[in-house]
Amino acid sequence: MSASREGSGRKLGAIVVALALIAVAGIVAADAIRLGAVRTFGPGIGPRAFPWAIAIGLALLGLANLVVALRGKAVEAAPVEMGPALWVIGGLVGQIVLLSFAGFSIATGVLFGMTARGFGRGPLWLTIPIGAALSFVLYVIFTKALALTLPAGPLEKLV
Amino acid sequence: MDAFVSLAGGLAVALQPTNLLFCLIGVTLGTAVGVLPGIGPALTVALLLPVTFKLDPAGSLIMFAGIYYGGMYGGSTSSILLNTPGESSSIVTALEGNLMARAGRGGPALATAAIGSFVAGAIATLGLALLAPYVVSVALAFWPADYFSLMILAFATVSAAFGDSALRGLTSLFLGLALGLVGIDLMSGQARLDFGVPDLLDGVEVTTAAVALFAIGETLFVVSRKGAADETIEPIKGSLWMTREDWKRSWKPWLRGTAFGFPIGAMPAGGAEIPTFLSYATERRLTKHPEEFGKGAIEGVAGPEAANNASAAGTLVPLLTLGLPTSATAAIMLAGFQQYGLNPGPLLFAAKPNLVWGLIASLFVANALLLILNLPLIGLWVRLLSIPRPWLYGGILVFATLGTLGANPSLFELGSLLALGLLGFGLRVFGYPIAPVVIGLILGPMAEVQLRRALAISQNDWTVLITSPISAVLLTIAALAVILPIVLKTREKGIVFGEDD
Repeated sequence: MSASREGSGRKLGAIVVALALIAVAGIVAADAIRLGAVRTFGPGIGPRAFPWAIAIGLALLGLANLVVALRGKAVEAAPVEMGPALWVIGGLVGQIVLLSFAGFSIATGVLFGMTARGFGRGPLWLTIPIGAALSFVLYVIFTKALALTLPAGPLEKLV
Repeated sequence: MDAFVSLAGGLAVALQPTNLLFCLIGVTLGTAVGVLPGIGPALTVALLLPVTFKLDPAGSLIMFAGIYYGGMYGGSTSSILLNTPGESSSIVTALEGNLMARAGRGGPALATAAIGSFVAGAIATLGLALLAPYVVSVALAFWPADYFSLMILAFATVSAAFGDSALRGLTSLFLGLALGLVGIDLMSGQARLDFGVPDLLDGVEVTTAAVALFAIGETLFVVSRKGAADETIEPIKGSLWMTREDWKRSWKPWLRGTAFGFPIGAMPAGGAEIPTFLSYATERRLTKHPEEFGKGAIEGVAGPEAANNASAAGTLVPLLTLGLPTSATAAIMLAGFQQYGLNPGPLLFAAKPNLVWGLIASLFVANALLLILNLPLIGLWVRLLSIPRPWLYGGILVFATLGTLGANPSLFELGSLLALGLLGFGLRVFGYPIAPVVIGLILGPMAEVQLRRALAISQNDWTVLITSPISAVLLTIAALAVILPIVLKTREKGIVFGEDD
């Protein structure tokens, strides 16, 4: 109700979400238009019909969300702190970057350590090796006993 | 009684030593993962799916059954002791159960939940065995148009039932439908929404999406709210066992909860919350101890927990007989079936009776194993609850990425996991429900195929959706499911569409 800064920030977030929905609707519609060049044979609807229906549905829902947001009646966004979340996201990115040359255990150890850091537990020089050891055990179990294929690196070559 | 003959055949499959072992492993893993705070049955099943990859289909599905029931059981334990319901259908259990635990009656609360789950699970699984053949015979008469309308009904009820606002439920559903478009259109061979990326041609993996939305999104949500109320584990004080009085107060709520849970779960509409809320309201009205409600009444745990379990078994009716998942967990199970090239539906009962009935029978076995395993092991599960969060969530992410890599060893898949995880985080922050996204993703392409088949058969005559009586009835119910709550809400409070406070 109040015109406080949090209030308007909250409204802004909901408006951004609504606009993002309309943007997604636009992407789906653009793809449907691209498919327009494709000829279909025989009776029945072609590959465009569903994308159009979904694009129109998303656009309408985006507009409805926008109306709710502009009236300031959207659900209050949960207050979040991005700092700790960035540690976790960084861990996931780090795993992707490291995976192909450092192997599953080291890359996943980095993910584990950085996630723990996001939750306030460190230091990284201790948590990353712990994570790597844990991942190594999982690697052995899953590749040897369950016959899954996981990316190998210097550590995994040892077994 | 054909069902009993088939069920006996199924029991013979389920009781083979290796299958029994798979079931035991599934039950144990399911409970161990499900008991972790914030992990509901859907995520339990998605995380443990890779463990079953290399087994034969029968063994894998049997282990699955164990994981499903174990995850449900573990979830109720953490709801009661931590007050963190892993999914919306255990909110009610958490309500009275946590109050009981705080009042030093955590033992009886866990016991009535466990025994109630057993009773409800046994009755509901029997119901599944008896009902399934009838639904199968009805389903054989279904034309594509009827299937399409059935899915529209599932869409309508799923988005109305999950979360408290139809607008936000539908928004989530449509995001899922849009994700479902990605990849090659099977009927025309055209690539849709692939943006020129070859990895996208196969579409978005349901299991990757489920793990990302639930595990990654949830972890990001929890970590970003670190300061916001650390939960406390209620230690189990006093006796673990139920007194004679507890038994007397529990058995009727168990049966009534089952009576609410199974029929509603078995409807092709979904929503395990509804029976749990109905059961809670009923017990509150019928109890001889109304003063205890709101302070930890055993009826308020026994009834809703039974309703929850019975409806979980009920959702297997549309899943197995129609191939229609009505909950996020069922959607992931369907993905598990598809991984073996199995398509649940009436034909599966005819083509692979041993497999289907083996699965149904192993639900009984899983249920019995859970009771034997869990009452003595409660102490161990409680210790799992006290894993510090940095290790817990670190471990969850390790497992989530391990599962994704195991299913599809590509960096692209890990990238999708991260991207969808960020989507899940955003949805959580802005209060949109997650489950309709998963359901839209898996059901959307199925609905499209059915509609296109229907129109191909009818030579583009759209009236086939109304002239087929089954389809017409289903569409009418679907329309009511969306319109009725909005009308009621508007009349009740005089507020606008989509608002809620």
